[in-house]
Amino acid sequence: MKPTTYTNDQDLVLTYKYPWNKITIGIVIIFICAVIGVAIGSVYIPVTSVFLILFSKLNLFNESTELTPAWHTIIWNIRLPRVVLALLVGASLGISGATYQGLFKNPLADPYLIGVASGASLGATIVFLSGIPFTYGYFSLLPVASFCGGIIAVFIAYLISIKSGNTHLSTLLLAGLAIGAFATAITGILMLRSDPDLRPLLSWLMGGFIRAQWSHSILIMPYMIIGVSFILGYSRILNTMQLEGYYAESLGVNIEKTKRILIVSATLVTAAAVSFSGLIGFVGLIAPHIIRLLWGTDYRTLLPLSGLVGAAFLILADLAARTIVSPIELPVGIITALVGSPFFVYVLLKTKGSTIDGY
Amino acid sequence: MVIDLQNVSFKYENVNVIQEITAHFNPGELVSLVGPNGAGKTTLLKLISGTLKPSSGKIYIYDQQSHNLTNKKRAVWISMVPQNPKLPDEISIPDFVMLGRNPHLGLLQWESKEDFNIARKSMSLTEIDYLSRRKLGEISGGERQRAMLALAITQQSPIMLLDEPTSNLDIYHQIKVMKLIKKIHTLKSGFGVTILAIHDLNIAAQFSDRILLFSNGSIAADGMPKEVLTKNNIDSIYGSEVTIITHPEHGTPVILS
Repeated sequence: MKPTTYTNDQDLVLTYKYPWNKITIGIVIIFICAVIGVAIGSVYIPVTSVFLILFSKLNLFNESTELTPAWHTIIWNIRLPRVVLALLVGASLGISGATYQGLFKNPLADPYLIGVASGASLGATIVFLSGIPFTYGYFSLLPVASFCGGIIAVFIAYLISIKSGNTHLSTLLLAGLAIGAFATAITGILMLRSDPDLRPLLSWLMGGFIRAQWSHSILIMPYMIIGVSFILGYSRILNTMQLEGYYAESLGVNIEKTKRILIVSATLVTAAAVSFSGLIGFVGLIAPHIIRLLWGTDYRTLLPLSGLVGAAFLILADLAARTIVSPIELPVGIITALVGSPFFVYVLLKTKGSTIDGY
Repeated sequence: MVIDLQNVSFKYENVNVIQEITAHFNPGELVSLVGPNGAGKTTLLKLISGTLKPSSGKIYIYDQQSHNLTNKKRAVWISMVPQNPKLPDEISIPDFVMLGRNPHLGLLQWESKEDFNIARKSMSLTEIDYLSRRKLGEISGGERQRAMLALAITQQSPIMLLDEPTSNLDIYHQIKVMKLIKKIHTLKSGFGVTILAIHDLNIAAQFSDRILLFSNGSIAADGMPKEVLTKNNIDSIYGSEVTIITHPEHGTPVILS
């Protein structure tokens, strides 16, 4: 039997359009999430007042005197810095998650699950506990230390997977798991040996934005921008990297160089996210997967949109973390894990064997 | 000379897979590499494509030493259709075919209208345009083989290497794919070199201009199909008694067991 032959080849239109419209919609959604995040809390501030207070800074309105100064302080000094940090961290985790998934050809690779985040948090903990001052104006040692920890973790995992003689990426994930557990254990030991006031560190390790400040967002921005620029620059090459190594090489890709650049960039972005907010899992897993389900696997679309979904998700997760059992605040990592673990199982069942062991 | 192999050897874990092979490939040739399992056909393809590096000897592609070429330049000159590669199930057929434009694009450069047209034409040529909404995980073996061919055509390189392009296909698709390979080769109007590693001696005899018969990592015979596929050669190299007749329509040798 012959396959159906195609007659009207005019119907076949091949194009790629950069998803500007989706990105615009995404930004609007994030803005809405951010306004909700700022409005809701232990004190509810009406959305109109939120707008007025936000824009009063721009001196567009003079009526701001009618609003209570307390609301002004709550929004500008407490809620907004927190929402902005959640936005940046969510975007970082979404983008770095999608990058790791593309690099390791594994839809389950999440910065938290492959040990990068644990390594980064160990690096940050060492600086945190060493007692040396780590913030100098607009420079902080924390992201740098996180990056060192994260990059060591990911390279050890990578070396183990090469050394074990098979480049199967499930090996890399398992190695990442072991290294993550090891780093977490060391972090635990360090904490036990240090002075008793560990509450800030503890909440930080569980992941959260309780202590968020404007300076945190400013401090992590440069690392994010550098890492994300490289990742987006390589987004088309990441499509080719989805083929087996030798096949991609036969299409002109310099695999080793590309891998190195992307691992360093993704780890830089993860480290920036981890350095002030601690361990937040599953954002890097959920965000790219939603985009893949909706709009396919082109990394030029997947990467920016994963960032946007990650940002919106983390703003809402943080909102849930501070309101669900108010006045007590949950670490946001608990919320993302609650949503993320079932999601992980779903992806695992869906990709059964084929993708996990295939490479 | 398009491809020039000079005393090329390849060792894998101290076993000589390829021994001192010297061979040339000229413009316009469609060459089949045949021989028993493990004789070195696929290894030679991988040496030419640059996937493997020779342990000794030299490989020249258009008079340039192969190992000095960047991946990119090599990909502009050589396209490769591997045997049963693991392909990502989720990628759509047009996206997959478009990957063939990668060697022609800079890092920050994206595909132009022209690039999309090239991919569209290769999809028409390989008759897979009806698959434009399907994903790699959803198509049959024959369609997969044609999708990989479409990708290779999209690469627009003068040299095309194919590793067992007809394995795992039924006879209808075997012939369809071989005719397609021949057609692509003809379209290059005398400039292209097409080399395929192939098991099936009858298909090799029918479609190729020249056959290299491999035995234990060296070339045992090299020439036109009826010069190479003789009873003597096949009996001694494959170790089985065969009968050879002439194809009533094509005049090529047909091997019967």
